[in-house]
Amino acid sequence: MQACLDYARRMRARPPLALEIAAARGVAALSRRLGAGGGTTIPGKLLAELDRGAIDRLAARLPTGTAVVSATNGKTTTTAMAAEILRPGHRLAHNAAGANLVSGVASALLSAGDADLGLFEVDEGALPELVQRLRPVAVCLGNLFRDQLDRYGELELVAERWRDAMGSLPAEARLAYNADDPQLAAVGEGHASGIAFGLDDPRVARPSLQHAADSKYCVRCGTPYDYSAAYVGHLGDYRCPRGDHARPALDVAAREVSLQGLERAAFRLDTPEGSRRIELGLPGLYNVYNALAAATLARALGAELDEIAAGLGRFSAAFGRFERIAVGGKHILLLLIKNPAGANEAVRTLVDGGPPRAMVVALNDEIADGRDVSWIWDVDFEPLLPNLETLVASGGRAAELALRFRYGGLDEHAVEVEADLGDALDRGLELTPNGGELVVLPTYTAMLGLQRLLASRGLAKPYWERSG
Amino acid sequence: MTAIRVGHLYPDYLNIYADRGNIAVLTQRAAWRGHELEVTALGMGDAIAVGEHDLYYVGGGQDREQLLVAEDLSRKAEALHAAVEGGTATLAVCGGYQLLGRGYRGFHGEDMPGIGLLPLETVAGERRMIGDVLIECELEPGEKRTLAGFENHAGRTHLDPGAEPLGRVLAGFGNDGESGFEGCRVGRVIGTYLHGPLLPRNAWLADWLLAQALAHRLGSDEAPELEPLSDELEGRAHEVSAARARSRGGRFDA
Repeated sequence: MQACLDYARRMRARPPLALEIAAARGVAALSRRLGAGGGTTIPGKLLAELDRGAIDRLAARLPTGTAVVSATNGKTTTTAMAAEILRPGHRLAHNAAGANLVSGVASALLSAGDADLGLFEVDEGALPELVQRLRPVAVCLGNLFRDQLDRYGELELVAERWRDAMGSLPAEARLAYNADDPQLAAVGEGHASGIAFGLDDPRVARPSLQHAADSKYCVRCGTPYDYSAAYVGHLGDYRCPRGDHARPALDVAAREVSLQGLERAAFRLDTPEGSRRIELGLPGLYNVYNALAAATLARALGAELDEIAAGLGRFSAAFGRFERIAVGGKHILLLLIKNPAGANEAVRTLVDGGPPRAMVVALNDEIADGRDVSWIWDVDFEPLLPNLETLVASGGRAAELALRFRYGGLDEHAVEVEADLGDALDRGLELTPNGGELVVLPTYTAMLGLQRLLASRGLAKPYWERSG
Repeated sequence: MTAIRVGHLYPDYLNIYADRGNIAVLTQRAAWRGHELEVTALGMGDAIAVGEHDLYYVGGGQDREQLLVAEDLSRKAEALHAAVEGGTATLAVCGGYQLLGRGYRGFHGEDMPGIGLLPLETVAGERRMIGDVLIECELEPGEKRTLAGFENHAGRTHLDPGAEPLGRVLAGFGNDGESGFEGCRVGRVIGTYLHGPLLPRNAWLADWLLAQALAHRLGSDEAPELEPLSDELEGRAHEVSAARARSRGGRFDA
């Protein structure tokens, strides 16, 4: 009887598809055929223009509901990891190509087909609107770092909007939050169905807070926190010396972390249901955080521990975030950089894996990169300098980037400027011995440019053919 | 070889727009001329000894951090006034610039006191002024130079009548988006909204500040000439930044 009622309720909740939805779907196919790109946001943009409420109705049609992931860093990877865990048990609607504004989520909903669960990464700025429209059954908040201040505004402002958005979340909606981030802990602690996750292994902590650490003052009284362990940026085990705020007890934790150079990382996942050893085919502490967030979210959506361990074990990097591409007898290692906290982790991972002698760094300043390039001065590139023989600076702001390394102490003869991405890549490969690996650190649009370049040389598939 | 003593105010709190880039540029450009830059952090509760610094640096912070330091700064105000009267040079950027004025008036009474080192005050505006910016300065009579940077501020800064701006806006918003003025200059003290950071792509200003600091160090009214550097990369970075300001510098939509 209950099942019948549920079914009837669901049918009533499924309104007929409006004409504009069908029209928007047609546009996606057309866009791809015209070679205008992946068509990943165009239909959604159209829909968002025609009828924003259609997003609410499309989401309401998903029987298991939707889950959203937001963070400054790692949201694409975290969401892709959660998808890998959940895919065997669900048919997913997932914005895998990283189109994470309202229009991108609308596009993923349009092409959802017979999906039962929506799994979306969501831009930090778009989270409040999308939470309201999607009415998610689970939300995962990964971290808040300073990022593109010209676009998002100050960190406090984003945190405040998130607090308001989570305040309107129904009590039964699960809120998986990174308790190592003081701002997010303050958001999650107040929620009835909050799940705190965090890292608990002082052996992998940094000796001190990084230069660009953001939320280092107590959210209640403004006193600097005491950190017994700082892991990534301001993420860590903190306590206000006046006793006004401290990291909450962890419901889900990563312990016994082992970092294995540029190749792998592993940790023990501890949950109230038990523990599992997690083996990741990705390097770096930041990927441990991503995996921990994905595991907590998947668990909140009903995944078993064995499914979580298996899914994370199967996972290979999300598009463009960390990628090895064979070029003749050499490899290119692509690591996306976009803000100080993320770039610091890329640097740390490179240093752990054996720092490169030649490196290409490509800095663009389009809207998606952030027009304000000052963030490169907050990145701790310095640990790379002792081994770096040649830096090839590239992108629209190549000269600025070259200055960053020059004033960081790199010899003037070690700095080359090749604004054009293709020239920079060729020069980098020329400097790389046969059998060697060229490290390339691009910002977002430079990464897209490199992907196009590599695709045109027949070395990699264009991004819209690779996701999913 | 002369040590130039820099007092860096609140580096833990005011550092949002890569302020350490400015310090790195001052340090290296001093070192390339054979001078050592000694940078001392002046944080919460630290006392300022008048005359012991040749250059002060104040960076920008988020609203919350600026409020946290404003009260402490007021306790340093007397010493800072005395030091500046004694010829110490100063560069204040963004939030630091606002703090050196008489204060900041917020929308909802969240006022922030300043120390009145610069003849100006700042009032909250509704829309942030964000974008690339290019200004023209004439710090030394007859020597017109441009500064290129990035601005991101909600405050509208109004100079007192007759006060000297740092420069005139060629592209972007500047102090208030209306007056055509950017920044403020009183003798060796400079305040500006330009970050980016400011000095790597505007090497001439870094050298001007170093020369003023050296003048203080040597007890001279006359700033010494610094040995010129090639500055080829600096020039290219300046050109790109200036071009950005011309093509997409901030302006309010009509």
